[in-house]
Amino acid sequence: MMPRFHFIIFACFLISISSSIHAGETRIAVAANFSAPMQRLARSFQEETGNQVKLSSGSTGKFYAQIQNGAPFDILLAADQETPQRLENEKLGIENTRFTYATGTLVLWSARNDFVDSRGEILQKASFNHLAIADPKLAPYGLAAMQTLSTLNLIDKLKTKLVQGENIGQTFQFIATANAELGFVALSQVYADGKLTMGSIWIVPQALYQPLHQDAILLKAGKDNSAATSFLAFLKTEKAKKVMHDYGYQF
Amino acid sequence: MTDTLLSTGNLLAIWVTLKLASITTLILLPIAIALAWWLSNTRSILRAPINALITLPLVLPPTVLGFYLLLLMGPNGPLGEVTQALGLGSLSFTFSGLVLGSVLYSLPFAIQPIQIAFESLGSRPMEVAATLRAKPLDAFMNVALPMARSGLISSAILTFSHTIGEFGVVLMIGGNIPGQTQVLSTQIYNHVEAMEYTQAHWLAGAMLIFSFAVLFTLSLLNRRAARIIH
Repeated sequence: MMPRFHFIIFACFLISISSSIHAGETRIAVAANFSAPMQRLARSFQEETGNQVKLSSGSTGKFYAQIQNGAPFDILLAADQETPQRLENEKLGIENTRFTYATGTLVLWSARNDFVDSRGEILQKASFNHLAIADPKLAPYGLAAMQTLSTLNLIDKLKTKLVQGENIGQTFQFIATANAELGFVALSQVYADGKLTMGSIWIVPQALYQPLHQDAILLKAGKDNSAATSFLAFLKTEKAKKVMHDYGYQF
Repeated sequence: MTDTLLSTGNLLAIWVTLKLASITTLILLPIAIALAWWLSNTRSILRAPINALITLPLVLPPTVLGFYLLLLMGPNGPLGEVTQALGLGSLSFTFSGLVLGSVLYSLPFAIQPIQIAFESLGSRPMEVAATLRAKPLDAFMNVALPMARSGLISSAILTFSHTIGEFGVVLMIGGNIPGQTQVLSTQIYNHVEAMEYTQAHWLAGAMLIFSFAVLFTLSLLNRRAARIIH
């Protein structure tokens, strides 16, 4: 019995050191709008480098609160520029690691075909019961949606029809399950391989809202993690940009 | 003072929460009494599966309930088709939808104290009532119900407070509409996410005190009830 037991312990030891030598691991907090392309990016990064990527997706505001309270993320891929900036100011993010990895596009989307017209005139007609947006206090895409409605002078008219998702992922789910007939989401959520996956959309003109520049930052926990720094480098490659472009992001 | 307990948003959330808990309790009590009576007296083979079905919300993650409700109540869901045919529109993102969710979610909390009370009565009181020529309904109203009083009170208090603490279901089917579907627990969550910690503290502290008071009252009541019975 004893030799076998020792062998098992030795084997476990070998496995643990070999995995720590050859492949690192990095934990990344991802804004919900970037979740779909991020999964594809993580997969090809893992194939290329052998490093493991652990993803958590949610609202940027929630991640900020969690990071402030010691959440063990190495990288934040935010949906805005303010949050990474604030983390850097508070010394929770590493200086000179901040950069804009992508610029998002806001769309008005319905899961129904031919429901949203290509000029967004349905908003003026208000021929629907629920318009879903992400909570503007928490999610930059929600804020952009409110800016759009405000530029179009539609807030008073549509106020009673607004329903809020906690993040852009939940907003998408409200519309996808047809509980809300339409709503504002990120182009990346309804777009893959360069085309619309389902339903009908109006791509909101960029002039109607503040640009959705999305910044990444290396966090304190990831400072000496080579898997984390090499992922940030990978995000800047043409290969990564091609994937993001396929999901409708601009640069 | 917008950063205290009494901001309009918080007051509205408290009001919606109390309304939701009261209505849920009023709807659930008669349902729970009927089901608990049936469960504690029947010998039907359906007893076990129905008992399991009723207890499900106790063990299921609220997200499961919320997810199915969202699909059911949506315009393409079976329930959504019925409510639309009745001209009521869809129940998602409405106060009525939250009531439906809360009734399902708090069902085991409403039934179990009453069921235990009925079962501890045994068959004797009803038999005695019958020999005194009380009709079954009469005996039920004037013998069984008063004797199960502590179970009824526990059930009402548990249902009310459990509904006040409801979070996952509301988050999934509510849509966070002030005055309609924005309740205390989701309001606290939003305050925390938006880094409005002062507001979150006020509401969370109030919830803590309230919950303690409820449980304290409950245990006092149970002790009194135990003393009366023995």
